[in-house]
Amino acid sequence: MATDQTEKDFLDIRDLKIGVTVREPGEPPRDITIVHGVSTTLEKGKVLGLIGESGAGKSTIGLSSLAYGRGGVEITGGEVFINGRDILKLSRGELNNLRGREVCYVSQSAAAGFNPAHRLIDQVIEASLEHGLMTKAEAEDRARYLFEALSLPDPDTIGERYPHQVSGGQLQRVMTAMALCPKPDLIVFDEPTTALDVTTQIDVLAAIKNAIDVTGVAALYITHDLAVVAQVADEIMVLRNGEMVEHGPTSQIIEAPQEDYTRALVSVRSIVHPEQAPTDTPLISMENIVAGYGNLVTVLDDVSVDLHPGQTLAVVGESGSGKSTLARVLTGLLPARSGQITYEGRTLTNAQKDRPLEDLRQIQMIYQMADTAMNPRQTIGTIIGRPIEFYFGIKGAELKKRIGEMLEKIELPAEMASRYPAELSGGQKQRVCIARALAAEPKVIICDEVTSALDPLVADGILKLLLDLQKRENVAYMFITHDLATVKAIADSIAVMHLGKLARYGTKEMVLSPPFDDYTDLLLSSVPEMKLGWLENVIATRKMESAGN
Amino acid sequence: MSPVLKLIAQRISLGILLIFAVSILIFAGTQILPGDVAESILGQSATPENLANLRAELGLNEPALSRYFSWLGGIMVGDLGTALTSGTSISDAIGARLGNTLFLAAVAAMISVPIAILLGLLAVRYKDRWPDKVISATTLASISLPEFFIGYLLILVFGVKLGWFPTVATVFPEMSLGARLNAVMLPALTLTLVVLAHMMRMTRAAILNVMQSAYIETAELKGMTSFKIIWKHALPNAISPVVNVVMLNLAYLIVGVVVVEVIFVYPGMGQYLVDHVAKRDVPVVQACGLVFAAIFIGLNLLADIISILSNPRLRHPK
Repeated sequence: MATDQTEKDFLDIRDLKIGVTVREPGEPPRDITIVHGVSTTLEKGKVLGLIGESGAGKSTIGLSSLAYGRGGVEITGGEVFINGRDILKLSRGELNNLRGREVCYVSQSAAAGFNPAHRLIDQVIEASLEHGLMTKAEAEDRARYLFEALSLPDPDTIGERYPHQVSGGQLQRVMTAMALCPKPDLIVFDEPTTALDVTTQIDVLAAIKNAIDVTGVAALYITHDLAVVAQVADEIMVLRNGEMVEHGPTSQIIEAPQEDYTRALVSVRSIVHPEQAPTDTPLISMENIVAGYGNLVTVLDDVSVDLHPGQTLAVVGESGSGKSTLARVLTGLLPARSGQITYEGRTLTNAQKDRPLEDLRQIQMIYQMADTAMNPRQTIGTIIGRPIEFYFGIKGAELKKRIGEMLEKIELPAEMASRYPAELSGGQKQRVCIARALAAEPKVIICDEVTSALDPLVADGILKLLLDLQKRENVAYMFITHDLATVKAIADSIAVMHLGKLARYGTKEMVLSPPFDDYTDLLLSSVPEMKLGWLENVIATRKMESAGN
Repeated sequence: MSPVLKLIAQRISLGILLIFAVSILIFAGTQILPGDVAESILGQSATPENLANLRAELGLNEPALSRYFSWLGGIMVGDLGTALTSGTSISDAIGARLGNTLFLAAVAAMISVPIAILLGLLAVRYKDRWPDKVISATTLASISLPEFFIGYLLILVFGVKLGWFPTVATVFPEMSLGARLNAVMLPALTLTLVVLAHMMRMTRAAILNVMQSAYIETAELKGMTSFKIIWKHALPNAISPVVNVVMLNLAYLIVGVVVVEVIFVYPGMGQYLVDHVAKRDVPVVQACGLVFAAIFIGLNLLADIISILSNPRLRHPK
């Protein structure tokens, strides 16, 4: 046992340094340090939240407590003591004894983390059997007990199912049961609710919190969402670029953050956008739209919304609610089965391939994943210049000038034109996509979850840019999102979608004021708030169960 | 009907349709060959009169379509026609020889498939280390050598020098199983060396592909040993590609053994086919072609069905 380690700090990370070797074709391998000497300790039964943006090193630090480096990641320095021994010095065999026995792991995507070929119960009890901790019968009993503690439906039989037979929220809870089954001392939760819908997230969050309380296990809870971690953690460590920014009790971090960066994280979404009243003549009217895939599946059922010039219509809903399908119908990529789209007073052809070029130019799209929406072999200049050339036939020096102007609009330097997408950060890539949509000088831009893949502070910048451009270019947005905080920040009118139907539709003021219908109430109350005790409060007062339950 | 049964029924009906299509191709193909059976039977002694008589006798004057249907009708009841050169029933001749070919293929498969999969697993376990490289290099070498070379090499070493196995694989119906196994050992080993590399490399590639999955990381973080991870978590998800390549090679073992049968003078289908191609005995060639096609389609069908059954999403719908 390390000499200065106290009895209760069973996890003791000292000056941890983690590096990765980058191998780019044509260049000698480079070593990059991604975690620069982070130290922390954890008492038995306590929960430490690790929070930061992507690239902050939070997952990497979490995995180091299993002495595991993902991909080419290697722990290059420091010590990680668990129960008194430095696990970085263990042999492969000793490590196998640590993993799945003293420390367990819950990954971000349970859907990918479960083996599709085996029943859930066999995977849940696997580690307990592998390490000879219990008999098969004991392990199955414990699994069923944990299923119940995590409020899974049919705890006695759900284990007989295969991973594809349960929902995403349930799967995440089964994965938590899998981590708890061998009675470990520590569980690493790596963004366990990030991939879930907001209404499912709070159920899973409540279940995880309950399971932690019941079993008394200690946990590292990794997330980028401060409001989420505030609900479960005893202490929070804020990380940025592989360094610790601030570490303290949860209440202090939330209520009295010391560092500027933490303050920025706490106060994110500071945008105030005064709502505009709808105009008399909408730019686009979608009336009684019915649409679906094939002849059997109906995804949109009698949906009618209006889009006003220079305003933002936010379309909110959970996955599967039909919000992206609505966008596909508007663009004509998925022709509506019935219903009518009116654009500036005339009827728009339902199918995209029958629309004249001028109509196509007026409606542009920005996608969630900027990475996959751009050709990696084209320069930024080519990407932005393409619509200018295609719609307006502009070439040569004039085209170059226009590309420069577009880059200026999205607040990127003109030299960017010669760079490739891979050289840009996530936020910059999304800006390029905005410029590409704007270059067609459209009246409408459909923004499909454009900020979901971005860190909160970066997303904030993108939203500010979009609002700013809207004012200057008088472009209307159909803003598709599952994030209600974003909706509150930028919308003029809101359409709440639920199972292919409009659950609520009107101006922002109207939609966000009580009395609410049950679904909107569930949706609004599920958005995590940066308050201690919010989770218990909302679970106690909800009117409706979430669909993922 | 459950989706699995529906899918399997679909595959089977497609397979049957395919066999019919192949029968048309085989028949049409033999029709457009220059000359006809009568000419080749008579050879030098062909006079216009003789030819006309023989054509009438063989029914060659009938329109092609009716000849096709009478051929097909015979096949339906198990009658593959009569060999022109010997006048004997093709079904009887093929019956015995097909049995021999299948026996040789089965022995070769029983040796090669487990070894290929085991070597594939070992190559994954020791990826990029020396066992992987040795396995890759030796199996690649064995696939690069022509079959006749491997065959004669084995004859030289095991037949002539060591005298362990007979150099000529003579089998006859009264033989005991042990004697039969002993007789086909050298051709079976030759075939094994030919198909091993392909199956082993595909197994390795398919499992390595699965090893990238997130659930492999989950298993690793449970503290499972490497071989258990490969065996329990990777292999079940790699069954589909592995089975496909195994079936392709089994098909090769049956329809592609001509060279090996000739080297070892083994009385199988391949030799029978080659003999009758030389004699321009068209009905025999047609019959052999159809039997080979049916085996090929049947094995691939089996691979498809196993792939479908190995998919838990299809076996256990929501």
